[in-house]
Amino acid sequence: MKTAGKRILMAKTGLDGHWRGPTVVAKALRDAGFEVIMIGMARPEEVMQASIDEDVDLVGLNIGGHVDVAVRAIGMVREARPEVPIFVGGVVPPHAKRKLESLGVEVYPPGSQLPDIVAAAVRLTGAA
Amino acid sequence: MLLRCGLRGQPEILGAGMNPELEQQLQGELERARKGDRGALARLISVLERGGYGAACVERGLSARAADSYTVGITGAPGAGKSTLVNALLGEMVADAQRVALLAVDPSSPLSRGALLGDRVRMHSHAASPAVFIRSMASRGQLGGLAVATRSARRLLEACGWPLILIETVGVGQVELDVASTTDTVVVVLNPGWGDEVQANKAGLMEVADIFVINKADKAGLEATRRDLEGALASLPQQRRPAIVETVATEGRGAVDLWAAICAHRQAIEESGELRERRLGQLRAELRGFVEAHLEVALDELFATDCADLQLAAIGRGAVDMPAAGDVLLAELWSLVNPPKRR
Repeated sequence: MKTAGKRILMAKTGLDGHWRGPTVVAKALRDAGFEVIMIGMARPEEVMQASIDEDVDLVGLNIGGHVDVAVRAIGMVREARPEVPIFVGGVVPPHAKRKLESLGVEVYPPGSQLPDIVAAAVRLTGAA
Repeated sequence: MLLRCGLRGQPEILGAGMNPELEQQLQGELERARKGDRGALARLISVLERGGYGAACVERGLSARAADSYTVGITGAPGAGKSTLVNALLGEMVADAQRVALLAVDPSSPLSRGALLGDRVRMHSHAASPAVFIRSMASRGQLGGLAVATRSARRLLEACGWPLILIETVGVGQVELDVASTTDTVVVVLNPGWGDEVQANKAGLMEVADIFVINKADKAGLEATRRDLEGALASLPQQRRPAIVETVATEGRGAVDLWAAICAHRQAIEESGELRERRLGQLRAELRGFVEAHLEVALDELFATDCADLQLAAIGRGAVDMPAAGDVLLAELWSLVNPPKRR
C-alpha cells in the first residue's frame, strides 16, 4: 500500500472536549496504513511545531466551532510548511466552511463519510 | 535498510557514489540540520526511516560517535505512564538549562502497517518549546521495543548537537530490550499492584533497569510493589542496585527525584568507566543491526525467487528434508549477499 510511511498530524484546535470525532478518523486512517500522529488539543504554535518536527505529509484539524483559532493554526502551518496540505473536520458552521475553503483547505463537516475522508487523505498525501 | 540494487551487482553493498546528486543534496540537508534547522533534521529522520540508499547516504555523513550526547531510555508496560512521565521529566531537564530531543516510539499495525502515534497527547507542556525536539516514530515491524531507525536517528540527533536524548519505547512486556543496547541509562516504569516478588525476579526487562520508577504512586499497592522490588534487588551489590523513585506523573510529583537519579547514575557510570563499556556495546548492537537489516533484505529477495518455491515443492513431495533444503537456500543466500565479481 502506498500509504505506508505517509504521516498525518491530527490536532484539535477547538476547546470543546469532544474526542470521538478525531479519534474515529485517526483510527480509520491508521487502518488505511497511515502513520497518524495525535497531538490532542493544541495551540496553533504547537500544531506548527509538530508539523515541522514530525515531517508530516498532511495536517488534519478538528476545529470544534472555533474558526478563528483554526484560521490562525492554518496560517502558521502554511508559513512553516507551505507544501503541506491541510484538511479540516468537526463542527464547521456553513459560513466558516466557505471561509476555510477560500484559504485552500478541504473541509469535512458533520455528516461526512469516513471512506471519503480516507480517500481525501490518500489523494492529498499523493498515496493514490 | 539497504538497497536491493546494492545487493544485485553493485560492487559496494552500500552503493557509495551510486547517485552523487542525491548524496550531495542529503549532505546539504545534514549541514543545515547541524546548524540547527529543525525542518532539515526532521526530513533526515524520515530519510533514515525509509531506509535504503538514502539512509545509507545520511549514515555515511554521520561521523563515528562523538561522546557528547547522553541518552536516557524510558520503558515499561503500555499505560504505565511513560509519556506523562516524560512530559514531567522534560520540564526538569529544561529547567536545568538542557536542550532535549525525544524519540517516542509507538507500535505499527502488523495488519495495515498503519500506526496511531499518541505520545505527544501527553506532552503539551513542551510541544512548542525551542529547547525540546519531539519526534514520534512507528515501530514498523521491529519487535524489540524501538523502531528500525531509532538508533540511527539517535546518532543524527547527536551529530546535530542535542546534548540530551530521551528514547521512549513502545509499551513493552518482558523481553523487548533493544533500549538497553541503545541508551546510557535505562528507566523502567512500573505501577503499584504490578506483579509480585516472582515477577520482580524474572529475567529480561527487570535485569536491564538502572532506575525503577513506581509511577501512579498515589494508587493502592505502592508499599507491596516497593517491597517486592527491594527484595528482588537485595542480592545486588550496593553500588549496582538500581534506585527506586516514586512518581505521580500527572501531577509532576517525583519528576525532580527521577532527574536527580538519572544524573547520579550518569555520574556513577562515567566515573567507574562503565559508560565506555556500554558505548562499545551500543556500537556493536548498531553494527549488528545494520548487518541484520542487510541480510533481511536478501532473505526477502531469496524467498521471492523460484529457488525457494522449488525447495518448498521438493519438501512437499518428500524428495528432500528440511535441513537439506535449508542448506541449498543458505548457499543461495550467500551468493545473493556476496555476488560473484564481474570482469
